[in-house]
Amino acid sequence: MRLDIAKKAAALGLGLALLAGCGGGTEQTTDGPVELSFWAWAPDIDKVVDKWNASHPDVKVVVSKQAQGDELVTKLLTAAKGGNPPDLAQVEFQSLPTLVSNDVVADISEGAAVAKDKFAPGVWDQVTLGGSGVYAVPQDSGPMMFYYRADLFAEYGLKVPTTWDEYAQTARDLRAKAPDKFLGTFSSNDPGWFAGLVQQAGGSWWSVDGDTWKVTVDDAATKKVAQYWSGLIREGAIDKSPMYTPEWNKALNDGTQVGWLSAVWAPGVLKGNAESTLGKWAMAPMPQWDAAEPRTGSWGGSTTAVTAGSKHQKAATEFAVWLNTDPAAVEGLVTQSAIYPAATSAQEALTNPPAFFPNQPDFYTKAAEIAATSSGFTWGPNVNVTYTAYRNAIGEAISGGGDLVPALAKMQGATVDDMKANGFKVGG
Amino acid sequence: MTGRGGTAPKLAPYAFVAPAVVLFVLVFALPIAYTVYLSLFRTEVKGLGLGRGSRSEVFVGLDNYVRALTDAELGAGAVRVVAYGAILVPTMLGLALVFALLLDEDRVRARGFSRIAIFLPYAIPVVIASLLWGFLYLPGTSPLNQLLDALSLPGVNLLSPAGIYFAVANIAVWGGVGYNMVVLYTALRSIPRDLYEAARIDGCTPWQVAVRIKIPLLAPALVLTSLFSIIATLQVFVEPTTLAPLTNSLSLTWTPLMKVYQDAFGRGDIYSAAATSVLIAAAMFALSFVLLRVTRSRAFGGER
Repeated sequence: MRLDIAKKAAALGLGLALLAGCGGGTEQTTDGPVELSFWAWAPDIDKVVDKWNASHPDVKVVVSKQAQGDELVTKLLTAAKGGNPPDLAQVEFQSLPTLVSNDVVADISEGAAVAKDKFAPGVWDQVTLGGSGVYAVPQDSGPMMFYYRADLFAEYGLKVPTTWDEYAQTARDLRAKAPDKFLGTFSSNDPGWFAGLVQQAGGSWWSVDGDTWKVTVDDAATKKVAQYWSGLIREGAIDKSPMYTPEWNKALNDGTQVGWLSAVWAPGVLKGNAESTLGKWAMAPMPQWDAAEPRTGSWGGSTTAVTAGSKHQKAATEFAVWLNTDPAAVEGLVTQSAIYPAATSAQEALTNPPAFFPNQPDFYTKAAEIAATSSGFTWGPNVNVTYTAYRNAIGEAISGGGDLVPALAKMQGATVDDMKANGFKVGG
Repeated sequence: MTGRGGTAPKLAPYAFVAPAVVLFVLVFALPIAYTVYLSLFRTEVKGLGLGRGSRSEVFVGLDNYVRALTDAELGAGAVRVVAYGAILVPTMLGLALVFALLLDEDRVRARGFSRIAIFLPYAIPVVIASLLWGFLYLPGTSPLNQLLDALSLPGVNLLSPAGIYFAVANIAVWGGVGYNMVVLYTALRSIPRDLYEAARIDGCTPWQVAVRIKIPLLAPALVLTSLFSIIATLQVFVEPTTLAPLTNSLSLTWTPLMKVYQDAFGRGDIYSAAATSVLIAAAMFALSFVLLRVTRSRAFGGER
């Protein structure tokens, strides 16, 4: 018992030692059919991959559902360190710089640069990291939108807010008419959501100047967003419990949460978490800071990356491009995996609304218009550190009264300290 | 003993201990050594840190240890764990002792059933227990709040910054009382019954028997369960990690072990995580050693 902690540390150490030991497999000869391993989490993506396998007998892709999101990044880092990464992996946009920096993903500009025109420039920039390399092919994107309970809005005589001022007023009006209901919640659990709101406001957290990183997690736009929400939290105009909890699911189901600032993939979540509200929701563009110049941010979205450790980078690149640009493949991604494709032609081709939104037949037409207003964003090499700092500092700020602005300084401090400790050049 | 020719007899003892030694070295000594080795390094990034070969491993001596020891969050986490332990250990062992003494009473009914009922929560995996309790704590889904609401009383939120210590400790108490009770109860059953008889003849009430005879004779078992409980307290990880997404009051680095996990798998810095692990292991070792030293003479009496 006394040695339990040592055992845990030991297990970790041994795991790494074993990984280090079994690295460096033999070089595969290229005569026979090539087999590529693909770590992904999109539901039913293996069915889309089957289409590739049917038409490409020489290159067989095998999907392996290892983990998702940040956990997959952790696994990739460990596997790459051990010398046996998969050939391909699904990677979220904000994790790409971390993986590039750790030499986990390969520069595939040679095979993938041709795909550039298929994507909106703001999306493509996120896979080049603003340089000449191409580190992944965009798969899906998550332009943010405002979802609201159309039935309850009608019942309480509320108008869909088009600006953030109107959103605040609508939140107050709702509280006055139905004191047990909220227009939304500010979640300390979802840094990606906050980053989306910041993108919309024109914030920039990382930028590159020569060989120096500039970190501005507490820039003016971010402060503006934080101040706005601090006001609403302190007024009690919105809820302040985290999203994705049993309590939040219940609130979506029973109408306590009347609205949700989310992304294009929200219908799937609503279907899973609030099935009883089928057909009661409607989607509108995000409330705006400047109504004359509509913008939105992104929450979520992922890419297909080829690993630096892959022995078949050329074939893998070919597959990554096919998966995300070939019409049949993208159609499969949309219908089987229920993702919102990053390829612009595929966005325009979507006609039927999501099954959960039968009341809004023009859902995807509207979504494509909104997606076109997405702000670009440069992600840094340690987004995970910033995100952890967000969860800790924002959670503390909300419990401590609701002033979010000091939390930004903590996020900035944690991000810069970590980069400096790792030897990054940080200026500004 | 002298070998009667051949090398076989001389080799035999080594062959017998070999599996244990090999296992010990492979799964214990080597990994610890590797952890210590890792804790002396860190990665160094060149320039923007993008592109091939921009990261290298460099030797930094005890830098990671200095950083861990001066880390405010790690220190705050240690303080939180002490506060949590101050609630948990006395409550859990107190309840376990009371239950063990009650079950040991001759007049008690349904002894077997009670013992199993109290022990059963220990058999529930901690993750599942934490999820269950999380549902019960969330104000929106809590049956307690529904009851209070029906009585027009204000609801309680155990997931508030102050309540969170009790919320986390409660899960551990719920899961741990049964285990400790069984240990104490077993120790109680091994006390010779004639002692009680003698006490009764001398006019002892059941209460006096419990306080003057049973509890002093239970001392070794109490020391053991305290030691286990304190070590388990320092290792608290699963309960707060599972509850963290449900509330603003729990950070992802709430306890030192959560910090290690975040460092290793959140920040991808296994080097500082290794250093912190070594420090935690050393602290636990020192604490166990001191605790055993202090209590040995009292608890184990003549034993040496």
